[in-house]
Formats: sequence, structure tokens, C-alpha cells
Amino acid sequence: MVRVDGNGGAASLIHVRGLDKKYTRGGEEIHVLQGLNLDVDSGDFVAFMGPSGSGKTTLLNLLGGLDVPSAGTITVAGDEITHMSASKLTGWRARHVGFIFQMYNLIPVLTAFQNVELPLLLTKLSKSERKQHVETALQLVGLGDRMKHYPRQLSGGQEQRVAIARAIVSDPTFLLCDEPTGDLDRKAADEIMDLVGRLVKEYGKTVLMVTHDPAVAQQAQVTLRLEKGSLVGAPEGAAKP
Amino acid sequence: MKFLPLLIANLFRKKLRTSLTIGSFAVALFLFGLLVIVRGAFSQGEEIAGADRLVVINKTSMIQPLPISYRDRLLRMDGIKQVTYQNWFGGVYQDPKNFFPQFAIDVADQRAMYPEFNISEDQWKAFVEDREGAIAGKSTAEKYGWKVGDRIPIKGTIYTGAWEFNLRGIYDGTRPADDTTQFWFHYDYLDERRTFGKGDVGWYVLRVTNPDLSVRVAKTIDSEFANSPFETKTDTEKEFAASFVKQMGNIEFLILTVGGVVFFTLLLVTGNTMAIAVRERIGELAVLKALGFSNRFVLILVMVESLIVAFAGGGLGLLLAKLFSLRGDPTGGILPYFYLPPIWIVAGIGTALLVGTAGGILPAISAMRLRVVDAIRRV
Ligand SMILES: Nc1ncnc2c1ncn2[C@@H]1O[C@H](COP(=O)(O)OP(=O)(O)OP(=O)(O)O)[C@@H](O)[C@H]1O
Ligand SMILES: [Mg+2]
Repeated sequence: MVRVDGNGGAASLIHVRGLDKKYTRGGEEIHVLQGLNLDVDSGDFVAFMGPSGSGKTTLLNLLGGLDVPSAGTITVAGDEITHMSASKLTGWRARHVGFIFQMYNLIPVLTAFQNVELPLLLTKLSKSERKQHVETALQLVGLGDRMKHYPRQLSGGQEQRVAIARAIVSDPTFLLCDEPTGDLDRKAADEIMDLVGRLVKEYGKTVLMVTHDPAVAQQAQVTLRLEKGSLVGAPEGAAKP
Repeated sequence: MKFLPLLIANLFRKKLRTSLTIGSFAVALFLFGLLVIVRGAFSQGEEIAGADRLVVINKTSMIQPLPISYRDRLLRMDGIKQVTYQNWFGGVYQDPKNFFPQFAIDVADQRAMYPEFNISEDQWKAFVEDREGAIAGKSTAEKYGWKVGDRIPIKGTIYTGAWEFNLRGIYDGTRPADDTTQFWFHYDYLDERRTFGKGDVGWYVLRVTNPDLSVRVAKTIDSEFANSPFETKTDTEKEFAASFVKQMGNIEFLILTVGGVVFFTLLLVTGNTMAIAVRERIGELAVLKALGFSNRFVLILVMVESLIVAFAGGGLGLLLAKLFSLRGDPTGGILPYFYLPPIWIVAGIGTALLVGTAGGILPAISAMRLRVVDAIRRV
């Protein structure tokens, strides 16, 4: 159940209260997020929309522990991340967050296999266990036969699928996608969205996704809009399938 | 090491650039090796100098002689244990390019004075018994393919005429730095055949009873012969070698300047290369951090890359320098001691790693400080 009214129970997976983010640029203050509330439960699939500059990426970065808010709290699975030290936050990210960005996702000098293996290098898994996980993830995104390919040998859609495999390989608590289809054509975008939809439906993943594309947003259970620094939407009306 | 593929992939990312940087290190460290070799070649005398040996030369200049009669006077003085004398011959073997030092020596005391030179008892005996006998150092004998029993013709330049010697023995050094290019023959033979300067010797070498008193003994000797037609200048063997090097110019200074400039340039090259390497990878480094790799990991990643380049290039350069030194003295005899000591190879690698560290540290720190959110925004 997704809520933006601040009335969600403390038991929700992602629990955001009074989130504020200000930037100062050249003496001028930009108040991007203003007392934003959000509750997301495990297995939810949320799409964030809003005009350019409304703060979608900012919100995602805060949720992923890449940035710190000016005020407010973010609690994920009971851990409040807003007061963690930078190094603790790094470790937390490795365990809980799978990122899929619009670009810059893959390391060009590593193969698909090696790219997907990266998050597992931070775990205690043995080499053969890592291999097994990577192969499973790549097969799940339909690239079992492209493991030895380098990013430049893959299409944009395939690259993004490798990025998805990398985001899920360590089985994080939730996935954050910032315009994952922004650079893709319709067909490739649809394939990516089918894949994300399957991750939610078949594997119970929790996904938070930013998009400009209403067709993409439709795949989500809930679409929220960022307006004047906080989220609005009709979470009640959007029934879970 | 599970992170190795990441490291290696980064190194091979821009093969040309990596090779050029490795090449810069190789060239610099090759030069470093050469400078060390040349410095060693010039200061070899200092390194191997006997602590308890003094050299007595004519005060006016080394090429002015001293009378043979000084030998007995020196032996009578306090603090002197042994005395031997030598005379420069300066002959030419076949071709003026074939340089090796030839000394007319005091057969009686040479061996006791220079225990660092090894020669078999039989060969020495044969040499002593043959008035025209000679002994050659191992490297000279090998260079010209001489065997014991050969007759060696040498054209005199100071003492003109055709001289011939019977090679009776070959000596070797006990340390790598020992000079094994010398050629020795009987002083008596020289004195008998030469038409001028009879009864003169080139210089005396003597051993003191107590090395701590070397300076005092040297002073006593010089005052003993002061105001005579043949005034003396006495130094320890080490000072003597050092003053000899000084005549060749300030080599140490030259080496330090050239070496300093080269390493400074290398530092700039490395720093620049690593800075570029980091800058073009900002997005990837940010992704690594987003995935949960720590700032320290990123710092180490960049540093290790810089150090691998430094080590590979430095090692290559020193290896080439070593191989070069193994081919021997390229000047044909002027620098008989042409050797790159292992300790300097270690020092060279150390210096390369130091440059690698210094060149990599700033880019590595900027990579460490990089904030993911900024990097991902930078399109
Ligand atoms: N580091 C920063 N310093 C100053 N201002 C910033 C910084 N990061 C973001 N902003 C500003 O905050 C606002 C929100 O940016 P954000 O990237 O979150 O928007 P967005 O909704 O993701 O936009 P888009 O749809 O174009 O990606 C923008 O006005 C942006 O200029
Ligand atoms: Mg954005």
C-alpha cells in the first residue's frame, strides 16, 4: 500500500516523513523537496512523474542513500538512513538498494558477466556461488547467451537489461530506477517494462521508478506526481492487481 | 584477488596511454640505472679503497716521480707497516683504443698490499721467477683472449720501444667492484730497460699499523719530505680516489640534476595520466560507489593502478639497464667497473613506486571525494 499523506503505519517498508531538500546555488536557495511524506510496502511498484526540475532524481537519490536531506527522515525496513555515517550508508546501499540509471550504468571494460558480478564482490560469496547468482540473473533478463559480451557489443535495451540483472543480483530490498527507458525506443522500452513488471509480479520486488513516459508509468501500480516539493496522487484509487 | 579483473580492465582500457606511461617510467629508470652505473664506475676507487692504505705522490703532480730511495725512509717511520711502489707505463696493445692500465710493480710487496686480488700460488711464483713476466686482470685477459704462456707485445709511449711480456698469471677480484683490468710487470725490468728516469717510481702505497692514525701518519710523511727536491702529498686511498674523481668534474652534481629533472618530469607525466584516467571514468566510479564500493576502495583502485604502471615501467627500465651493464664497459676500458648493484635496483624500484604514489595520490583523492549525485548529473 502506497500513501503520501503521512498516515501510513511505521511498519511500511519505506517510511518517509517531512523530507526536505534545499540546494543553494549562487546565493539563491532552491527548495526542491518540502516536507514530503511517503509510505511504500514491500512488493509495491511506484512510478514518479513530474516536470523536469521538480525533484524526481533528488528524491530517488535521497531514498537510495546517495545524498542527505536537509530535514526529515527516511526509514527503510526499520533502519533510519538519514543519520547514518557516510561509510555506513555505503554498506547499507550495497545490501538494500539496486540502482538502474538512465545512462552510465555499465563499466565499458568489463563484460556483461563481470558487470553483474560487481555487487557480489562486496559480499562473502565464493567464486562459484557468485557465478551461479550472476548466471541466474542474466538468464532472468534473457541475456544468458551474452555473458561474455562487452557493453559496446550490446544494444541499448540489452545494456539496460544487464543493468537490471546487476541491480537484482544481490537481491536488494528495493530497486530505484531513474528513467530507465529514457534512452530507448518504444520497443526496447516495452521490453524493459515487461521485465520490471515480471520482477514485481513474479518475484515480489519493490520498485520505485522515475519516468516521463505515461505509457511506462501505466505499468506501475501507483503513479505519484511531484508537485511543489511534495507528492500527490491517488494511491487509494490505484488498486493492486 | 577478486578485484583483479577490474584493475586489469582499467589498465588495458587505453592500451596506448598505458604503454606510453610505462614507457616513460622505463626510459627514466633506464637512465637512472645508467647514471648509477657511471657514478659507480667513477667512484669505484672510493668504494673499494683499503681503509688502512695511504698513497704518496709527488706534491707537484701525480705524473712527477718520487725517488726509489724513499722506500727505506718510509719503512723506518713510525706507524707504517708495509710499503710498495708502482710506476705508470702507458703502453699501447695493438691499437690505441685498447686501453687498460699497465703498472710496473714492486714484485716483493704487491701481493701483501693488495689481498683483494686473487691469484694462484703457482702463477705468482712463475711470475716472480720470470723477469719479463706479467700478470693480467681477468677481464683484460678475457677481452683480448690471452692465456697464460702467451707473449704480449706492448708498444711503449712514455718509455718508447717495443716491449714484450710473458703472461704468467691472471688475477681476479674478490668483490664485484674490484678492478680486474690491470696489467702488472716487474719494476726491475722497466728500470733496467728505460733510458730515463732510472731509480724513479710513480707513487708509493703503504699500509699503516692503525687506520685511526692515518691522517697523522700522512702529515708526518709530508713534513719529513718537505723542503726536499721531491716533496710529497699523502692521502688515504679513499681521498686519493675521490680527488681523482673530482678531476673528472662534478659527476655527483650532474647525476643529481639530471636525475632530479627526469623524475620531476616523470611525476608530471604520471600525475597528468592518472588525472585524465580518473576524469574520463567519473561516471563509472560513481556507479561503483552507488553499488556500495567504498570511497577507500576507489582511492586504492586508482593508487594501485598508478603503482602497477610505475612498477612495470620501472622494472623494465632497470632490467634494460642491468642487461646493458652485463654487456660490459662500452667505452673500451675507461670505465672498467661497469656494474649495476642490486641495492640500486631496489632503490630504483623504490623511487619509481614513490613517483607512482606521488603522481597518483591527487587523482586518487579526487576520485575518493567524488560525490555520486554530482557525477551522475555531470553529462
Ligand atoms: N547539486 C545541485 N546543486 C544545485 N541545484 C541542484 C543540484 N541538484 C539538483 N539541483 C536542482 O534541483 C532541482 C531538482 O532537480 P532534479 O534533478 O531532482 O529534477 P528532476 O525532476 O530529476 O528533473 P529531470 O526530469 O530533468 O531529470 C533542479 O532545479 C535542479 O537544478
Ligand atoms: Mg532526473
